[in-house]
Amino acid sequence: MSHIKTIFFKEIRDNFRDRRTMLSALVFGPLFGPIFFAAIISLTLKQASDGNTKPLDIAIIGADNAPSLIDYLESRDTELERLDATIDEGIEMVKAGDEELVLVISDDYADQWNDARPARVTLILDNSDASVVRKGRRARGMIRGYGSQVGSMRLLARGVDPSITRAITIDEVDTSTPSGRAALVLGMMSYFFLFSMLAGGMYLAIDTTAGERERGSLEPLLTLPVKRSTLLIGKLLATCFFMSVSLIIALIAFASVLGFVPLQQLGMSVDFGPEQVLTAFIVTVPFALIGASLMTVVASFTKNFKEAQSYMTFTMLIPTLPIVVAAINNLKPSLEWMLVPSMSQHLLILDLVKGEAINPLFAAVSIGSSLVFGVLLSLIAIHFYKREGLLG
Amino acid sequence: MIKIQNLRKTFGDVVAVEDVSFEAPDGRIIGLLGPNGAGKSTTMRVLYTAIKPDTGIATIDGIDVSQSPLEARQKLGALPHGAGLYQQLTARENIAYFANMHGLTGAASKKAVQEMIELLEIEEFADRRTKGFSQGQKTKVALARALVHGPKNVILDEPTNGLDVMATRSLRQIVRKLKEQGKCVLFSSHVMQEVAALCDEIVIIADGKVSMTGTTDDIRQQTGCEDLEDAFVSAITPSETGQERQAGAVQ
Repeated sequence: MSHIKTIFFKEIRDNFRDRRTMLSALVFGPLFGPIFFAAIISLTLKQASDGNTKPLDIAIIGADNAPSLIDYLESRDTELERLDATIDEGIEMVKAGDEELVLVISDDYADQWNDARPARVTLILDNSDASVVRKGRRARGMIRGYGSQVGSMRLLARGVDPSITRAITIDEVDTSTPSGRAALVLGMMSYFFLFSMLAGGMYLAIDTTAGERERGSLEPLLTLPVKRSTLLIGKLLATCFFMSVSLIIALIAFASVLGFVPLQQLGMSVDFGPEQVLTAFIVTVPFALIGASLMTVVASFTKNFKEAQSYMTFTMLIPTLPIVVAAINNLKPSLEWMLVPSMSQHLLILDLVKGEAINPLFAAVSIGSSLVFGVLLSLIAIHFYKREGLLG
Repeated sequence: MIKIQNLRKTFGDVVAVEDVSFEAPDGRIIGLLGPNGAGKSTTMRVLYTAIKPDTGIATIDGIDVSQSPLEARQKLGALPHGAGLYQQLTARENIAYFANMHGLTGAASKKAVQEMIELLEIEEFADRRTKGFSQGQKTKVALARALVHGPKNVILDEPTNGLDVMATRSLRQIVRKLKEQGKCVLFSSHVMQEVAALCDEIVIIADGKVSMTGTTDDIRQQTGCEDLEDAFVSAITPSETGQERQAGAVQ
């Protein structure tokens, strides 16, 4: 026991003094997720506000042909630019990117209008640009609105109830709560938490095997009257410690970022305070042992630090697989899914982020199964640490 | 007291050590001499139980290293070939880590570490992180680390590799001090002069077998060469049977 303690504190001290380990474990790893999240949300917010609050710029060709339509559009939130050009020139302008939306009112418009035939207008836009699609939708909405307004008046003038033309009306009930919508975006946070843990322990996992061998400090260590399993347990615990610190930093960073991102503007509300941080920590931290053992097993097969590092990139993707399966199949928390590490953490964090209460039984099963997996994997890691080939 | 009898170790198809036997009594410095790849490091690795022999027995103070590796390691201070330090720790912390791992704690550990620092004359850089240490400084710290628990038996695998003249001399003095303390010292090298300058007895290994043992004079006599280098070359040159074996392999 005292050996494990000695190894544990030596590894902690050794790695705390290593700037590379510290940066990756306690800065890049944990902050990557929350910053990425904040960037995505801000981008979404910017696009949403650009699309809805700014006046809509429309270039009009043949404005004189439809003065009442122009009046109507001007009364909405638009900036109209009158152009003297042909329809082909209008297409070229959109292709060249000089204009985003060009509305062409044909010279026949007035005649068709007066004969109560459908009056033709042409909207030129590039639908491959996501922001233009939104603007096009707004422009179409305005023109249709004007069209149906005039159409209704024409029916009334002929003594017909305009509602007769609407055979069906659709009522839509959207059951997604604001928090539920947030969960879609926040769902990927669970992976970032697991990722930050793995990143936090990565250097230690490599250091304890491939790194020590490369530096030549492994062999002297093995001359000590201490069992190899004891050595590895001390090292695994130090790795788990770093992973836990990374996790708590990631969780706190995430909770802080949420305070700065105006999620309400997107109709989202997320309650992620100290209590949620603590709960998320408790349900996620058992994954540390799995990650630490997994990375140690992988690293113990590699010859040096560099090789170990390249394999780690793949290892870090392993926990995504259950999460992807859960996301694609839209799985809900259930007892059997709690047996699957990383999936169970994902589902529980998702519940937490949605503001739903976590089922204590589910949490217990998730923690228990993760610990069992962790112990099994660490036994495998110990097995490989005992090989003679470890010396290289 | 280190005793090795008919040691054999293979790695797959490669026979690293074929048949090695020798004794290293207390209060003596035994030189394990041989060209690169002769099996010196493998023999030493068996002694400090990093690997297990296929057959044969190795004992340290009568303890069979295969049967009771932990006890054997307690009796042993080993400096493996190219031993590395923890670069983020100071020299003192490196030594203290091993002291703690040997069960020394608190004041006992501090005292043992300080004694080593004085014995190896490393006070000057004892409290600096070992990153950037010269090879000589590194070797001294690694040696201090290996000796901190006061073992009766000391194994040094090519400790003078990469050392300059002054560092080599100072290492020799330390090894002689260990001998004076009555320790059994096993010292490996591929340089004849190195071993001749230091060791009481020489065990020459070639192709995984002991080809000659004795003092420098014994070896001069057995080989009939006055020059040390010639004697060494003669001792490691394959015997008749060895030549036949090689010829067979070519055919």
